Amino acid sequence: MLETLIHGISTGSLYALIALGYTMVYGVLQFINFAHGDLVMVGAWLSLIIATSLGFSADSGIGGVLAAVFVMLISMVLCGGMGVLVERLAYRPLRQAPRLNILTTAIGVSLLIQNTGQLPFVFGTETGTMTALINDSLPMFHLGDVPIYTLDVIILTLAIGLMFALDRLVYRSKVGLAMRGVSHDVDTTALMGVNVDRVISLTFFIGTSLAAAGGTLYILKYRQVQQPADLSWIMLGLKAFVAAVVGGIGNIRGAMLGGMLIGLLEQFTRRYQSPELSDIYVFALLIVVLLAKPTGIMGKPVRTKV
Amino acid sequence: MPEADVQPAKLSAPRLAARSLLPLLACVGLALLFHLVAAPLMKPLHVKLAMDIGINIILAVSLNMINGFTGQFSIGHAGFMAIGAYTAGAFTYYGGLGDVWGDESFTHGILSWSRPLADFTGNLFTAGDILFLAACLVGGLMAALIGLVVGLPSLRLRGDYLAVVTLGFGDIIRLLMELSDGQLKTVADIQSTPYFQRYTHLGGASAMSGLSFMTTTFWVVLFACFTLLAAFRLRMSSHGRAFLAIRENEIAAESMGVPTTRYKVAAFVLAAGFAGFAGGLFAHQSSVLNPGDYGFIKSFDILIMVVLGGQGSISGTVIAATVITLLSEFLVRPPHLWILGLIVILLLAVFRQRKAMRAIIMVAVATIVWEIARALALHFQINLAQYRMILFALALVLIMILRPQGLLGIREVWDYLPGRKRLPTEMKA
Amino acid sequence: MKRLSWFPMAVIAATSTAILSMSSCGGGGKPDNEIWIGAYLSLSGQQATFGKTTEEGIRMAVEERNAKGGVKGKVIKLFVEDNKGQTSETQNAVKRLIGEKVDAILGEVASGQSLAAAPICQQNSMPMISPSSTNPEVTKVGDMIFRVCFIDPDQGYACAKFSIDDLKAMKAAILYDQKQPYSTGLADNFEEWYKKLGGTITTKQAYSGGNVDFSAQLTTIRDSKPGIVFIPGYYNEVPSIAIQARKLGIEVPLLGADGWETDDLAKKAEGKLEGCYYSNHYDPDDASRPESLDYQKRFKAKYGKGTSALAALGYDAANVLFDAMERAPSLSGKDLAKALAETKDFKGVTGDINFDKNRNTLKPIVILKIEGGKEKYVTTIDPPKN
Repeated sequence: MLETLIHGISTGSLYALIALGYTMVYGVLQFINFAHGDLVMVGAWLSLIIATSLGFSADSGIGGVLAAVFVMLISMVLCGGMGVLVERLAYRPLRQAPRLNILTTAIGVSLLIQNTGQLPFVFGTETGTMTALINDSLPMFHLGDVPIYTLDVIILTLAIGLMFALDRLVYRSKVGLAMRGVSHDVDTTALMGVNVDRVISLTFFIGTSLAAAGGTLYILKYRQVQQPADLSWIMLGLKAFVAAVVGGIGNIRGAMLGGMLIGLLEQFTRRYQSPELSDIYVFALLIVVLLAKPTGIMGKPVRTKV
Repeated sequence: MPEADVQPAKLSAPRLAARSLLPLLACVGLALLFHLVAAPLMKPLHVKLAMDIGINIILAVSLNMINGFTGQFSIGHAGFMAIGAYTAGAFTYYGGLGDVWGDESFTHGILSWSRPLADFTGNLFTAGDILFLAACLVGGLMAALIGLVVGLPSLRLRGDYLAVVTLGFGDIIRLLMELSDGQLKTVADIQSTPYFQRYTHLGGASAMSGLSFMTTTFWVVLFACFTLLAAFRLRMSSHGRAFLAIRENEIAAESMGVPTTRYKVAAFVLAAGFAGFAGGLFAHQSSVLNPGDYGFIKSFDILIMVVLGGQGSISGTVIAATVITLLSEFLVRPPHLWILGLIVILLLAVFRQRKAMRAIIMVAVATIVWEIARALALHFQINLAQYRMILFALALVLIMILRPQGLLGIREVWDYLPGRKRLPTEMKA
Repeated sequence: MKRLSWFPMAVIAATSTAILSMSSCGGGGKPDNEIWIGAYLSLSGQQATFGKTTEEGIRMAVEERNAKGGVKGKVIKLFVEDNKGQTSETQNAVKRLIGEKVDAILGEVASGQSLAAAPICQQNSMPMISPSSTNPEVTKVGDMIFRVCFIDPDQGYACAKFSIDDLKAMKAAILYDQKQPYSTGLADNFEEWYKKLGGTITTKQAYSGGNVDFSAQLTTIRDSKPGIVFIPGYYNEVPSIAIQARKLGIEVPLLGADGWETDDLAKKAEGKLEGCYYSNHYDPDDASRPESLDYQKRFKAKYGKGTSALAALGYDAANVLFDAMERAPSLSGKDLAKALAETKDFKGVTGDINFDKNRNTLKPIVILKIEGGKEKYVTTIDPPKN
């Protein structure tokens, strides 16, 4: 029981990280960035390539953590740049278009990233394996008789830390004010002298680099990265979206909560119900939450203006 | 729509009958013509592609009833297709034993291929065709039923939420099919299993095989035409108007007394039914039920046909379904397309005169790019097929940016003819 | 409205021209000094990993054969078609290949795709060899369909027999990939034989291919206290499973099947597969089988990475075909199928290949143990007598 709880929190914090990026983008632009899961994939693959090409190897001490941080930062910057590029080229021209068009474009971008990634000179079609940068064969400490590993602690701390940082950014800074403004009413915000394009680019940068951070931690934890067009990337993106929606889309703490909930739900249903059906429970949770409280657990009710 | 201002006059009974029956007869005639005259002249591959196009037209036009007519985001259409395919497939496979309709001569169809599949151009009616049609119908009804169960709660959601729920639903169907029990392979096994329990034996991940090749070009063309007819008539009907009203402005529609949820569910159920029927046709065309065929990718394919063709445009969807089905074949063995390009440009020039400058330039550029790419690919021995998904995705994004309303917007091909009243091209977000 | 009647005619003209221009294309016919072989594999999309690997094996076989002078003095030309892992695309590819008059067809990895192609090949008298579809149904379609891999019941039997007779493990847990027919088929057959041989299955857990988190399933497996864990997965996820299993405290040996084979498996698993077993077609270090040893070296030299079961089976499928073509009086489908059926003790990379009456390959199954980061030969088990 306790063990499953810990597994749930550990996977949940990964979902939460990815959901944070999702919620940022959705909060500002109100559309599902379908390619988010694929950006996680790019982040994971980039960190694998960076780590391998720089010859980083397993290290049990602080060196490994430093290397991991280095890899993660580069991957975040590269991926963030890619996110900005995607927004600039594919989404910006469509800002006024019907929603289904943007959704379709996002699907197109997702297919594009996946299939470009599959080319032999990009990532290829084989599964990638990462060396253990942060050695986790020995547990950090025991909780009861359940071992707790360094990496899980790092991921959880990072997720919570980023959540607070983002929360501060959005609610306590000028940029955040602009972001909230854009999410509320683009035209009025633009009239107030805010450079809307720049705010949206920045949001995309933050969202995508969070995806890359998620990808790096994913590969550090599981040390195996699926080929670019694997179904699991779409599922990962979808589950992160579900997490964001369940928590209350656009709400940063909500994304954290939602991620944790999804992680726990998944681990508990896999452990005590049936591992085959865990995805069904995730979507069932989505439907139940949306029907009971359409704005998500922590979302504030929004009134549609007529 | 231009027909709207024609007041329906009182018609005499024979004329009414003629009006409602003639199009149906025309469908039958067209299907017969294709099956008996055109198909035998075509290569087997092209017959197969024509059938693919027909099935995709049913799928895309039915999705258009939800996304185009009613303006909802359903992106898990392959799920309904899967329900139809599996229900119909299991129905002919297990029901062919004689305890439903099948006669004894059909029993051997259970593990062999009762119809020479060669080109799908065999005899018009063979033993088991009634069973096959019943199976497709049951598949469609089943899909409609599931559509009702799924639609009732989820259609209260709006926009993106509905999209995610439908996408999730589609994947859950695939998952459930993947987890079904292994196929029963011998007559003894089947007969020793209680009737309804047989339907849990759907092959699982390793596929259910050995369905009879019952789908012929006749049935595909016939039902594709029926679907088109149904779609056109629906849109012209008062119910269809309610759908369109919901698309244009849900709140306004509701305040005008349109029961929006009921109509949304109705559109969803109807579309699910058609998709299920198409699934039945697909199952008996391929003879194999593979859960992997009904995943995200298929759903996206159907969605893309609708969006490219123009949401709400039936003929646009038909064109998009045709183009997309042929596109992957074109990329595998790239043919010359300049003749086609020239014809399209000519048509545009003749009928649209100066108004079509932009479209003409786009078609010309696309044709030239294609010919250059083809020449380069052939010269350097590059297999274009390797890049087809990339090209496909790229084209999708580009079209969305350059022509967000899709090929025809919400209009039909003939609305572009001279002398027709112009309608607004774009629908509101 | 005079112009209106133009329109349908013009549309019909456009469509028919398009169809004509489409059908006229297709290049010239097959020259006399060439043999054409088609292969349909999933090279893009979700199943691309396995298709690509198989393609590498087939390509290598074709190139080597052409370097040696081809078959019957003719050059072999290979057409590899991508089916994206979709039934409809598979059938289009096969129809296209048959329409272009290839002499034989190779494919697929996934049984579902092979089952979709098989009836078409059968009806067109087109010999088809599946490199690695393990579902017994595939070759039952007809006398044109062959395979060079094990079938599920044989390998399931071998693994079950080995764990009971040699390891004396009477309790086994199973962890399988619910998405891969290979994995579900093996899991079911292992379970069946294991119970028949007197063992008990403590738990049977599934994961969905592509998922990387196995902790919940492995916890359940650990708590069920098995004597051995049977994991009929592919080489790309086994290292990750092993690492997580050891981390969760599963100490018992893991047992796998030929999907595990790849030359750096032990390295990828970082020693966590020490003392584990898997069944395979051959012992990679068997000095009495120079063809296997040589093949591994050549593959590594060509692609810069180790071979895997899928590549080796693709290689063998192509070579069995060449061998039969050499012997066949003509390259017509009937003759070729007859020659294929008469294949006797063909020295393949994955063992001596003979076809039984159901056109399945009869090969003894080799059990390997991972020791010191290397595979060591343990024993050989013959497939069950039916």
